[in-house]
Amino acid sequence: MQYAVLIYNDEKFNAARDDREIRENGERHARLMTVLRERSALVGGERLQDSATATTLRRDGERVAVTDGPYAETAEQLGGFYLVDAADLDEVIGWARQLTEAAIEIRPILPMRSPQG
Amino acid sequence: MTGAVEQAYRDHWSRLLALLVTRLRRFDVAEDSLQDAYVAATRTWPVDGVPERPAAWLYTSAYRRALDRVRREEADAKRLPLLVTEPAPEAPGEEGDVPDERLRMLFACCHPALKPEAGAALMLRFVAGLSTAEIARLFLVAEPAMAARLTRAKAKMALAGIPVREPSAADLPERLDVVLKVIYLIFTEGYRATAGALLVRPQVAGEAIRLGYLAAELLPGEPRTLALLSLMVLQHARRDARTTPEGDLVLLPDQDRARWRRDEIAHGLALLRVLEATPMPGEYHLQALIAAEHAAPGPTDWQRIASLYAELDRRTGSPAVRLNRAVAVAETGSPEAGLALLDGLDGPLAGNHLLPAVRAELLTRLGLVAEAAAEFRRALDLVRTDPERAHLERRLAAIA
Repeated sequence: MQYAVLIYNDEKFNAARDDREIRENGERHARLMTVLRERSALVGGERLQDSATATTLRRDGERVAVTDGPYAETAEQLGGFYLVDAADLDEVIGWARQLTEAAIEIRPILPMRSPQG
Repeated sequence: MTGAVEQAYRDHWSRLLALLVTRLRRFDVAEDSLQDAYVAATRTWPVDGVPERPAAWLYTSAYRRALDRVRREEADAKRLPLLVTEPAPEAPGEEGDVPDERLRMLFACCHPALKPEAGAALMLRFVAGLSTAEIARLFLVAEPAMAARLTRAKAKMALAGIPVREPSAADLPERLDVVLKVIYLIFTEGYRATAGALLVRPQVAGEAIRLGYLAAELLPGEPRTLALLSLMVLQHARRDARTTPEGDLVLLPDQDRARWRRDEIAHGLALLRVLEATPMPGEYHLQALIAAEHAAPGPTDWQRIASLYAELDRRTGSPAVRLNRAVAVAETGSPEAGLALLDGLDGPLAGNHLLPAVRAELLTRLGLVAEAAAEFRRALDLVRTDPERAHLERRLAAIA
């Protein structure tokens, strides 16, 4: 099964980190990616720019408003994601536990219907 | 149902269902096919006689029906994905017993990715073998609402890939905690209902105890499971004395101790003795020790109960524990100290009638009648079961 591992972090906390903390977190993610690659479980993933760079479109009937900022102004913002291939939810939980960000949401991917299917 | 089929339902249903689910990787197909197999048994057993191995007969019959079902619906694209399980176990052979897969089911139903209420419903359906209608009655919700809750939970298990599998040794302690929490949630709903006409619903508590025994049987030697069992058995032993025949609440000091089940109390105490050597008593253990004091043939040792609650309070920081601790401290002869312990609970226990009710009792002891009456009225605004409302009204009338 494929899952999106959505990583939410506190941007204020992130900005206040010193070099050592930033390096350690980078190493943590590198270690996880190594594990995922060894198992051919890493399908994709990216780190996102801070939510201050976000642009949100809101539709109200026919009108579309383009606004500055993220969809929701919460303390924790989506900061990146992995796309992984796992046997089951427990395996993904095991991987996500190795990260130290504020919150990690695991969502199963809706499989694409094959053209014949 | 004929006697033999009924017996086979009690003895084998949950075990057969667990096996079918792990082999078929489908909840709905397993449930429906097993149901059909039991219906077939009611037709054929009275005619052909009860088979030598009823469980194997039922399994074979259900499994064949399941395969037919799966073949028929192959084309249906809307069905849920298959459940995640370990490699399917061998089917029971001619001699073989039906393999017991209930432990996997227990952990799957109590996965932390499911809400505890959903886990409780799943456990009662798939481990305890209750019907949806029975579970709906236990939780005082309409049957369609309970059916929807079960359907949502089953869909989450399949779509999110919650495995029907025992947790790894590393995860076991945490996962067992969830199993025990769900069992205790079921028990407390029966021991002290939160809404409705009946305060005590012994069947619900009885089902929780049955599940507790099953957990202890499937995962032997877990002190936390034994502690929870002891706690539930000791509390449940007082069920007949906790309400009047009219369903009114009877407080502990006024309970007719002759109506306590002595054999069950002895059993709960025996479970506690098994735990005596445990170096650090856990939360259920501390609560069981308190329940044991309450079940002792008076006078109640409130000093000891207060110190057990103090330890539990320190350990859990739970507002409900603090409330009970306040009562115990008041009973040792210091209602003022009890009242002081209630400070700070108004936020966490907002909307709970027990806080003003306890405050009212402690104020009454201090002779502060007007303040006590105000608290009784506050409790009456919040109370949701009829027997407790009647009790509060009697208390208010008594001090007025």
